[in-house]
Amino acid sequence: MIEANGVTRTYLSGGRPLIVLEDITLAIRPGEFVAIVGPSGSGKTTLLGLLAGLDLPTAGTIRVDGEDLRSLDEDGRARLRRERIGFVFQSFQLIPTLTALENVEVPLELRGESPDGRARELLARVGLGARLDHYPAQLSGGEQQRVALARAFSTRPRYLFADEPTGSLDTATGREIERLLEELNGEAGTTLVLVTHEAALAARAPRTIRLSGGRLVEDTGA
Amino acid sequence: MSRFRFLFAMAWREGRAARTRLLVLAAGIAAGVAALVAVNALAKNVRDSVAAQSQALLGADLRFASVRPFPDSAARVVDSILALPGAAGARVVTFGAMALAPRTGGVRPVTVTAVEGGFPLYGTPATVPAGLWPGVALGRRGALVDSALLGGLELSVGDTLAIGGLRVAIIGAVVRYPGDVSLASGFSPRVVIPAALLAEVDLLGFGSRAEYETFVRLADPTEAAPAAERLRPALRELRVRVRSAAEQEEDTADAFERLGRFLGLVALVALLLGGLGTASAVRVLIAQKLDTVATLRCLGAGTGLVFAIYLLQAGLLGALGGLAGGLIGIGLQLAVPRLVAAFVPVDLIVTPGWAALAAGVVAGVWVAVAFALLPLLAVRRVSPLAALRRDVEPDRARRRDPHRAVAFVGLALSVAGVAWWQAGEWRIGLGYAGAVGAALLGLWLVAAGLVRLVRRRPLALPYPWRQGLANLQRPGNQTVAVVMALGFGAFLLATLILVQHNLLRRFTVGEGARANVVLFDIQPDQLDDIRRILRETATPEVGAPVPIVPMRLRAIKGVAVRDLPDTLQTGEERGGWALRREYRSTWRDTLVATEQLLAGRWPPRPRERPDGAPVRVAVEQEIAQELDVDVGGRITWDVQGVLVETEVAAIREVDWGRFEPNFFVVFEGGALERAPHTWVALADVASPADRGRLQRRLVERHPNVAVIDVTQVVERIQAILDRVVFAVRFLAFFSLATGIVVLAGAVAASRMARIRETALLRTLGATRAQLLRVATAEYLALGGLAALAGGGLALVAGWLLADRVFRTPYGVPPAPLLALAAGVVGLTVLGGVLQAAAIARRRPREVLAGE
Repeated sequence: MIEANGVTRTYLSGGRPLIVLEDITLAIRPGEFVAIVGPSGSGKTTLLGLLAGLDLPTAGTIRVDGEDLRSLDEDGRARLRRERIGFVFQSFQLIPTLTALENVEVPLELRGESPDGRARELLARVGLGARLDHYPAQLSGGEQQRVALARAFSTRPRYLFADEPTGSLDTATGREIERLLEELNGEAGTTLVLVTHEAALAARAPRTIRLSGGRLVEDTGA
Repeated sequence: MSRFRFLFAMAWREGRAARTRLLVLAAGIAAGVAALVAVNALAKNVRDSVAAQSQALLGADLRFASVRPFPDSAARVVDSILALPGAAGARVVTFGAMALAPRTGGVRPVTVTAVEGGFPLYGTPATVPAGLWPGVALGRRGALVDSALLGGLELSVGDTLAIGGLRVAIIGAVVRYPGDVSLASGFSPRVVIPAALLAEVDLLGFGSRAEYETFVRLADPTEAAPAAERLRPALRELRVRVRSAAEQEEDTADAFERLGRFLGLVALVALLLGGLGTASAVRVLIAQKLDTVATLRCLGAGTGLVFAIYLLQAGLLGALGGLAGGLIGIGLQLAVPRLVAAFVPVDLIVTPGWAALAAGVVAGVWVAVAFALLPLLAVRRVSPLAALRRDVEPDRARRRDPHRAVAFVGLALSVAGVAWWQAGEWRIGLGYAGAVGAALLGLWLVAAGLVRLVRRRPLALPYPWRQGLANLQRPGNQTVAVVMALGFGAFLLATLILVQHNLLRRFTVGEGARANVVLFDIQPDQLDDIRRILRETATPEVGAPVPIVPMRLRAIKGVAVRDLPDTLQTGEERGGWALRREYRSTWRDTLVATEQLLAGRWPPRPRERPDGAPVRVAVEQEIAQELDVDVGGRITWDVQGVLVETEVAAIREVDWGRFEPNFFVVFEGGALERAPHTWVALADVASPADRGRLQRRLVERHPNVAVIDVTQVVERIQAILDRVVFAVRFLAFFSLATGIVVLAGAVAASRMARIRETALLRTLGATRAQLLRVATAEYLALGGLAALAGGGLALVAGWLLADRVFRTPYGVPPAPLLALAAGVVGLTVLGGVLQAAAIARRRPREVLAGE
C-alpha cells in the first residue's frame, strides 16, 4: 500500500519557487493498476518519482507499506527500491556498457542474489533469448524497452512504476510493449503505476488519476 | 553474489566500453611510475653495491691520512694498531704533479699515487693487461696509469712518462683505483707507481699538495669503526684523519642517497601529472556516466556502492598503470647502468628491484585513487530522479559536500606524505609539495586566464581560427588540464635549460682579460725565471703573481681551537672543517674585482706604532660566520710553527665562481713576507697548441709547478654537469610524455563530440582541408598556451633559482627555449591533427545515421 497525504513539491526555478505538485492525497492498494494522466507539465512524472521514493515531497507525507519515506535516508530509500520497487522508463535507461543479460541481472546482484537462470528466462520470455550478449546500442528501441521490462520484473517487485513506457516507440512497437507489460504484470500480480498521455493505454487501467497544473482533478478509484 | 564480486564485476563491465580511454589514462600513470621505479631501483642498486664493496671502496678497514708525513706521536698510534694480532698495513703517498710524455711532448696534471705493502688490503684493482697490480704494489719498477691519461697524451703501454725527476715506463692501465669515480679521473688522471720511486720524483717539497696515508686491515673488521672513534680525538690534535670502511661506505651511500632522492622527486612530478590527467579524465568520464549512475540509484544501489564501483575502477586502473610502469622502470634500470657507472666508485651490481615493482603498483594505485577521489564525489550528488527527468539539478545542500573538503585535504596530505617519503626529510617533502602546488596553481591561473582571453576572441579572425578557438571551450574538452599537464613538462624542461645556462655561464673562460692558464706552487726562487719564460713566449700575464702562505687556526678570541665548542652561540652547528682546515692566505692592501667590502675598512688605516700590535686581516663573510668573528675580533694563526696574532679589520664578500685566486683570509702587507710561501701566476694563452707548448717548457724546467689549463678544467666540469643534467632532463621528459598522454586522453574523451561535430560541418559543406585547418588552429592554440604558461613560469622559477640559490646573474638563452616551445607546440598539433584527419575521413551519413 502506498499512501500520499497532502503532498506538495516545489522546485526552485530561476531563483523562485515553482509549485509542481500541490496537496495531493491518494492511496494505491496492493495489486492495483493505476494510470496517471494529464497534460505536459501537469506533474505526472514528479508524482511518480515521489511515490517511488526517488525524491521527497516539500510538504506532506508518503508512506510505502506504512513506512514514512522521510524517515529513511538516501540509502534507506535505495534499499526500499531495491527490495520492493521496479521501474520502466520512457528512455529505457539501460546501462550502455552492460549487455542485455547483465542489465537484467543488475537488480538481482544489487540484492546480493545470484541471477542464476532468472535473467535468461525473463529475456526469453520477452523474446530476446537469442540476444543476451547484445549491448543496448545494438538493439532497437522496442528491444531495449523489452530488456527494461525484463529488468523491472527480475526481482519480482511488489510495485512497478512505468514512466511513459511507450513514449519513445512507434505505435506498433508500443502496442507490443503494452501487451508484454500487462502479461508480465498479470503473471506476477504486481501493483502497477503508469504515467502516460496515451489515451488507449490509460483506458486499459481500471483506475485513472488525472492531474492538471499540479493538482489532482480526477481519481476514478478513490 | 557477494557484494565484493558484484563491485568487481561492475567495475570491470563499466570499464569495458571505455577501454581505450582507460588504457590511455593508465599509460599516463605508467609513465610517472616508470620514472619513479627506475630512479628508486637504481638508487637501491647503488646502495647495495656500495654496501657490498665497502671494504674495497676504502681498500682497507681503517685509513689514516695527513697532508704531511705523520709526526712521531701519530706514527706510534698507527703502529700500535698495526701491532695488533692479525693486522696488516700498507702505506700510500698521493700528490699532484705535472706528467710529461717525452715521446709526444704532451703535458697533463696528474695525481701520482705511490703504493707499498700490498695496497689495497682488500681486493686487487683490475689492470689492462691483467694481473699487473700486485707487482707494482710490491715494488716492480713501472707505472700503471688511468686510461684517460693514455688517451689524453696519446700514449700507449711501453711509453716513458716523466714526473719530476722520475722517468718510468708505462706498463699498463688501471681500471679502477679503490674509491675512484671514473668521471672525476679526467681532471687529474691517476698514475700509480711503487713507493720506492718516490725519491726519484723528488717533488715533495714545501707547498706541494700531498696526502700521506696508512691503510690497515684488522683481523676482526668489526673492530675498525670503534677503533676509529677511539683514536680520532687524539689524532685530530696531530692533524691526522682516521676513517673506517663503514664510515666511508656511509658517506658514499649518503651522497648517492641524496642524488637518488633528488632525482626521485623529479620523477614524482611525472607521476603527479599522471594524477592530474586522471582527475581531469575522471571528471569528464563521470559527466558522461550520469545516466548510468541515476539508473543504478533507481534500481536501488546506495550512493556508497556506486561511488565504490568507480573508485575501484580507478584503483584497478592505477594498479594496471603501476604494474606496466614498474616493468618499464625495471627495464630502464637494467638498461641505464652504463649511464651512471661513471659516477659510482664501485662496480655497479644490477638486480631487478621486485620491491621497487611492488612500490610502483602501490604508487599507481595511490595516484589514481587520490586524484580520482575529488571528481568522483560528483557521483554522490546524482539524484535517482535524474533517470526520470533530465532537468534535475543537484541539491544546493549537496553541492557543499563536506566530503569534498576531506578529499581535497586528503589529496594534499598524501602528496606531501609521498614527497616526504621520497625526500627522506619532512621539510623537503613539504617544501616540494608546496612548490609543486604553487607551480600548478601558477599554471592553472595562467591557463585559466588565457582560456578566458581566448573566449573573447576578436571576430576579425578567419573562420577556421574562430571555430578552432571556440573548440577550446567545448564542454568536457579539459583545456585547462591539458595546458597544465603539457605546461608542467615544458616548465620543468625550460627551468633545466635556464639553470644549466646560468650555471655554465659562470665558468665561461676567455671573457675579457680572464686567465686560462694557472701556475700553482711556484717557489719564490723560481718566480723570476718563470716570469722570464712567460715574457719570452710572449704570454701575457693576467695581474701580478699572488703569494700563498699555508697556515692553520690556533685560537679565536683567545680560546684555543681544540677548546672551542662545536656549536656557535646561535645554537647552529659550527663547521669543524672551518676550524681545522689548512688556510691558504695571501697578503695585499687592496680589494680585487671579485671582492666586495661588507664591513670595516680595507686597506686598513696606517698605524703610527705598528710594533706589537696585531696584524690586520680581511675575512670572507661566510668563514667569518663559521668562526663567529666580526670586525675587531682576534684570531691567532699558526704559520708553520710561528704564531701570528691578528685582528679582523674587514669582512669581504667573494665571488668564488670566477677562475681567479680568491682567499678566505687576506693579511695586510708586511706581516707574512718572511713566512715560507709559494706563488700563483695567471696567464692568457690564446691557442690550445700554445698552451701545450708553454706547459711543456715550464714543466721541463720547473717540474714542481702545476700548470693548469683552465679551459680543460671547464670542459671537464661541463661534461660532468652535462651528465647530471642529462639524468634530470631524461626524467623531465617523462613529465612531458605524461602531458602528451593527458592530451591524448583528452582528445579521446571528446572524440564522440568531435565525430558528431565534424559530420555536421561536413553536411553543411566544410571541406576536409577546412576541417584540418580548424583542428590546426585549435591545437596550435592549445600547445601555444601550454608553452607560454610553462615557459612563463620557468622564467620566474629560473630567476628565483639564479638569484636565491646559485647567486649568479640571470640570463635567458632564447634559442633553446624557443626550440622547446616549438617542440611542445609541434607535438600538440601533430597529436590533434592526426586525430582530426582520422575523423574527417568518415562519411557524414554514417555518423548522422548512427545517432
